[in-house]
Amino acid sequence: MDINYTAVLPEIILSLFGILIMILIPFTPKARQSALGFVALFGMVLALICVSAQCGATGLAFFGMIFQDYFGQFCKILFLFASAAIVLVSINYLEREKLPYGEFFSLLLFATVGMLLMATSADLIMTFLGLEVLSISTYVLAGFKEGEMKSTESALKYFLLGAFSSGFLLYGIAFVYGAAGSTKYLKIAQVIEASENYPPTLFLGLGLMVVGFGFKAALAPFHVWTPDVYEGAPVPITAHLAVGSKAAAFVALVRVLYQVLPELSQHWQAILWVSAVLTMAIGNIAALAQTNIKRMLAYSSIAHAGYLLVGLTAHNRLGAQSILFYLVAYAFMTLGAFAVVQAIGREGEKYIGIDDYSDLGYRYPFLSITLSVFLISLAGIPATGGFMGKLFLFAAAMQSEMYWLVVIAVIASAIGIYYYLRVIVLMYMGESKDEGTPIIVPTPVRIVIAIMVVGTLYLGIFPGTFLHLASEAVSF
Amino acid sequence: MLETEVLLTALLLIPAAGASMVAFVPSRKIHLLRGTALFFTTLTFLCSLLLVSHFDSEIDTMQFVQDISWFDVGGVHVRYHVGIDGISLFLVILTTFLVPVAVLASWSIEEKVKSYMFFMLLLEVGMIGVFISLDLILFYVFWEVMLVPMYFLIGVWGGERRIYAAVKFFIYTMAGSLLMLAAIISLYFFNEAQNFDLVEITQKLSSGEIVLSPLAERLLFLAFFLAFAVKVPLFPFHTWLPDAHVEAPTAGSVLLAGILLKMGIYGLLRFCLPMFPAVSVQLAPAISLLAIIGIIYGALVAMVQPDIKKLVAYSSISHLGFVVLGIFAFNFQSIEGATYQMLNHGVSTGALFLLVGMIYDRRHTHLIEDFGGLAHVMPCYAAFFMVIALSSIGLPGLNGFVGEFLILQGTFLENAGRAAFAASGIVLSAVYMLWMYQRVFMGTLQNEKNLALPDLNWREILILVPIVILALWMGLYSSTFLRKMDTSVQKVVDRIEHVREPQIYRVEYSGH
Repeated sequence: MDINYTAVLPEIILSLFGILIMILIPFTPKARQSALGFVALFGMVLALICVSAQCGATGLAFFGMIFQDYFGQFCKILFLFASAAIVLVSINYLEREKLPYGEFFSLLLFATVGMLLMATSADLIMTFLGLEVLSISTYVLAGFKEGEMKSTESALKYFLLGAFSSGFLLYGIAFVYGAAGSTKYLKIAQVIEASENYPPTLFLGLGLMVVGFGFKAALAPFHVWTPDVYEGAPVPITAHLAVGSKAAAFVALVRVLYQVLPELSQHWQAILWVSAVLTMAIGNIAALAQTNIKRMLAYSSIAHAGYLLVGLTAHNRLGAQSILFYLVAYAFMTLGAFAVVQAIGREGEKYIGIDDYSDLGYRYPFLSITLSVFLISLAGIPATGGFMGKLFLFAAAMQSEMYWLVVIAVIASAIGIYYYLRVIVLMYMGESKDEGTPIIVPTPVRIVIAIMVVGTLYLGIFPGTFLHLASEAVSF
Repeated sequence: MLETEVLLTALLLIPAAGASMVAFVPSRKIHLLRGTALFFTTLTFLCSLLLVSHFDSEIDTMQFVQDISWFDVGGVHVRYHVGIDGISLFLVILTTFLVPVAVLASWSIEEKVKSYMFFMLLLEVGMIGVFISLDLILFYVFWEVMLVPMYFLIGVWGGERRIYAAVKFFIYTMAGSLLMLAAIISLYFFNEAQNFDLVEITQKLSSGEIVLSPLAERLLFLAFFLAFAVKVPLFPFHTWLPDAHVEAPTAGSVLLAGILLKMGIYGLLRFCLPMFPAVSVQLAPAISLLAIIGIIYGALVAMVQPDIKKLVAYSSISHLGFVVLGIFAFNFQSIEGATYQMLNHGVSTGALFLLVGMIYDRRHTHLIEDFGGLAHVMPCYAAFFMVIALSSIGLPGLNGFVGEFLILQGTFLENAGRAAFAASGIVLSAVYMLWMYQRVFMGTLQNEKNLALPDLNWREILILVPIVILALWMGLYSSTFLRKMDTSVQKVVDRIEHVREPQIYRVEYSGH
């Protein structure tokens, strides 16, 4: 088997840049460390170019550990895009909060490497490695606000529970290996297809793996860590956890279920059906009671994982492409929302209560209008990407004749509208409070927010382009 | 003809262009903002008049059709398909007529004029879109999009309890319509995932190309029906309406009563009846019962309201009960009456809200007890109010009479008992309207604050005169409107008759 380094070139570039930044830290004067952010950005752009150049390549590479396919390339571009946005918003954030630049960007690059590996992995071991690279980097990043209780709590909780869930995943992989005799995706699929009755360890392995991925993607009932971790982590990292990390786990889960274990679909569909209902219900209902915007968005991200599960449970082509489409829409709206939250949070993230959004509407029109668009999209109201994404996901479930799941999903979305609206209500109709320190929106953050708004609306009005790409990407 | 094809799209684009123009006008230039909004909404109205002159009342299919693919990838095919028939023609005109009126009535809005006008124009796009969409997804998009500007109009510029009212309005409507989304998606798969085209699906359902199981048909009907019943609103889904109406600014109430409520009725006529005629017939007694409860309950509650605006809001519930009753009587007179009554209600109730808004601008209250003897200081206002109140009651010679008469006549043919109960609603409407009129306008001026109230100014008269002319026209020469509806209404009636006939025969045979 061919090594084919070009297939992993993006990952190599990102890793090299991660190391490069670490080397550069001591040689860069304190005042100019923010330039390291642009080094990281440059690395990501290079990787992005690399992935784009590879588009269309197919087959296995890197000792059969890596798939080269449209699906992987689609996800890689999405992940790189999300990480680049996070780098852009972080530069000013780190400056404002007086946090070290170098380590932050270098860890973020490594986390991105993990995400890319998860998207293209063709071997359970590689998936696990990707997940660990991603996780370990984010454990550190979550606790990046040194000396702050909440941040430390966040990191510790995430680390302890995360390590535990990695154990589950690894245990699951071991069982599947025991049952199928291989960790290679295609090989396992072949073995399962050929065998008449499945060994019980296979089911055990399936269950444990779902737990492992479910933890990373924050699916109920494995979501308990989410609100605390999201609340304590620095805002850009919360955004990273909610978008990149979650999406990577989802994509890996899609591959494992659709490519490795399609034969067991009856069984995992039943598990995921229950999990989808729980995830949507818990996410939406708990979000109603939140008073902190980061916690609210944490629960909202749980709810959105539930909608994605609806598409996953459907187990059809439309479902897979809808998941990809929704991940793009979700990335636009969530990254945008967190960028606004970061700007409104101001120094020391003092203003992250939902009450702090009161009467911002006419004082900060740019932030308020854009946040309204993101929230409206998250609520799934038409003319936004969030609506189109939901439409496709629900259509996929409908196609698989899961009527009740769609009805529950629809009711859950109706509940969800309330808490998204509440923020808009406060911004435009709330009583004015003391103004606090004025909000400054640095240009990079402004650019990111603008891109996300355009993306959200574009997906809502012209969904064809991305849906087409997503349907091309689903080749299995 | 190329021109007429793009006419409907133009109706969407003109207010949209207006909205983007408004977005670029600096927010201090209040007069320019108002002028821009008025210009674009009037332009839309004038454009929409072209629809009337080019409309062919002999054709029973959709007219001014434009049908292009919106997106068709990966197994999802959504089209931009717009067109109108006799039923939607006048709803579009009513919309384009009431929006400039509402803009004129918003001259008293001084704060945040820019976003107000922006939302007003956006709302117009949504409302027109709902009436012209012939693709289920396109329809749903407009149906929901329209909620956002309305929500802001109530929530930002409304009365004291505006936030509660705005959120309640939004959640109620949204909760109702999300199930419709599920129904729309499942219809798509019943249509073998070909498209969401309303005309095609309706046609296939009636020709038997798409066969639904009785259970599926019933569930789909209910999902659509719930969405529309909340919007109408039919008793017992009406509780959002008094709050929203009372708290909304004048223009918001006018458009809520004038247009938004009609969308529910329009939905019943366009979706429920033609797509699921059998279930419609089955459930007609129950729905008619709800409608009658709504008529009487709305009227009784309106009678005891101390607040004029609330009174008008509850009277809407009563009036719309008539319309629903007419639709579910399934004959030509009743459905034509219902369609006509929709327009009448839009004109008269819209005007009532405008009148209430005018007095509110002067006195900042709508409580009946704060007034009395107003006819002495505001004779012109009192005269206009009288005409509109009488049109709302249904005095012959004014618009309300024709619609109510047709509905009652049709309902009587279907079921005399229903018609008898419903007719009591007309009596009650005279009671609450005239009693309110008496307390507000007659007698001596008691409240000192009312002594120096200025009468209507030129702008307010300019708003009211066209409405009064329209009310008279619609009452005296209704065939201008009715003849254009005939063919389309007949088509709906035929569709229902098609499923009813075999049942009637069955009853006859079993009798022998």
